[in-house]
Amino acid sequence: MDALIAEFPRFVSGFLGTLRLCLFAAIGALVLGTLLAAFRVSPVPPLRWVGTSWVTVFRNSPLVVVLFLFAFGLPQVGVVFPTFGGNSFFWPGVAGLAAYTAAFVCEAVRSGINSVPAGQAEAARAVGLTFQQTLGSVVLPQALRTVVPPLGSVMIAMIKNSAIVGAFGVTGELFSVDGALTAAGYSALSSLGGVALAYLAITIPAGIGLGVLERKIEVKR
Amino acid sequence: MSSVLYDAPGPRARRNTLIGTVIAVVLLAGLVVLAVIQLGENGQLDGEKWGPAFNPANQYFVATWSALGDGLVNTVVAAALTLVLALAIGTALAVARITSSRAYRWLVVSAIELFRGLPVVITIFLAARVLPEFGISLPPLWYLVIGLTAYNCVIIAEIVRAGVNALPRGQSEAAYAVGLTRFQVLRIILLPQAFRIMLPALISQLVVIVKDTSLGFVIFGFSEFVRTANTVIQFFGGQEGINLPLQMYIAVALVFILINYALSKLAEYVQRRTSRAGRAARNKDAAPPAELAPVGVGGAVT
Repeated sequence: MDALIAEFPRFVSGFLGTLRLCLFAAIGALVLGTLLAAFRVSPVPPLRWVGTSWVTVFRNSPLVVVLFLFAFGLPQVGVVFPTFGGNSFFWPGVAGLAAYTAAFVCEAVRSGINSVPAGQAEAARAVGLTFQQTLGSVVLPQALRTVVPPLGSVMIAMIKNSAIVGAFGVTGELFSVDGALTAAGYSALSSLGGVALAYLAITIPAGIGLGVLERKIEVKR
Repeated sequence: MSSVLYDAPGPRARRNTLIGTVIAVVLLAGLVVLAVIQLGENGQLDGEKWGPAFNPANQYFVATWSALGDGLVNTVVAAALTLVLALAIGTALAVARITSSRAYRWLVVSAIELFRGLPVVITIFLAARVLPEFGISLPPLWYLVIGLTAYNCVIIAEIVRAGVNALPRGQSEAAYAVGLTRFQVLRIILLPQAFRIMLPALISQLVVIVKDTSLGFVIFGFSEFVRTANTVIQFFGGQEGINLPLQMYIAVALVFILINYALSKLAEYVQRRTSRAGRAARNKDAAPPAELAPVGVGGAVT
């Protein structure tokens, strides 16, 4: 643990780097995932196909391969990501992580919508509510409550997956701190142990917070 | 289609759907055309780029796939070893968590929470870098297997626990009543039934394991599927002057998708079968808990 104490500023910057990476990826994944979920429940078949194929492709391929494709495959077709503070792996990493996580977000949102009993919306329509009213005041409030717990675990999984982005290219996040410390001559146990503790400092409180939230908003059916 | 969101469509809704379908098809076709033009402009449609991975007539096809095949074998071996070890250790952990007295249950629980909170790539790296520091040197395959097992055994422990908890209380009550010990109740009565309802969740976890073997690329000297693909790409880039990362990664992704899609379908099939066959035996209202849903969001999220 000597590395953790002696090189604390590096860990802090890595910690913030991970949070920054995850923030961008989370925004991308939530927006894209919700859009895909809307596609998957839409009455228009081609949109459903798009949603289904996205989920099938990204849920079944390893994140490593997705990241390699974004970082080394896309530049071959002229899609070049801008650098982020002189860091060429940051945006491909964020994009790959977001595209991958979006598939899981989509499934969480879709199963949330489907968990609302059909009778709820039928009753709403029967009393004369419009489509918007049915969706806004009957279906979505119930769906959101069931969506939050799985969505939370998807986000925690995404934070853990962000380490893979750090493993394949230097992006200034936690996992790349280990490389710098090893180069500086620290033992693997002290540098990696510090990195592991820093990840636990994010994931364990996040897990506990999610559990509390889950109990608070639980729907009794 | 009728769901919670819509009634069965009437004539007007059907017409709107049709219009929407036409517009969507046109837009999608436009996107595909754009992508193909983009590919063509960058010379990515050349036969020499796609040939090595996709065209059996190509001179490199056999060599490429025999190299990739070796990598794939390593991947499958690592995944199989991980599954077996994680299943054994995970079951032991679950039994420890269920049977241990309150006084030291927190030990098992905190071990589970600890490994559940770590990224898999970190556990793999820990195994590969820290074990040699303690003088334990193993073939690279085992570092990957140990790292993957460390993470997956706690996940499987949670699956087993959920499976045991999902059984009707009468099962263990009856077993205790006929005089079995705590351990016998688990071994003879609860675990065999739990494994049955756990099977879909276990297969879904296998999908996660297969995907995570690709993280072996961080271990130097272990040629699993993705690292082999990288070597092939380097070979073509250096020796032949052909840059084909796009084509090679697409081929790799397709193989993974095929394997994992088949496994997910198997999980769904098993889920349907067990829920049908088990209905009579189990409590009518005892739906399997969320953690045991086949490819559900709670089960396998990484």
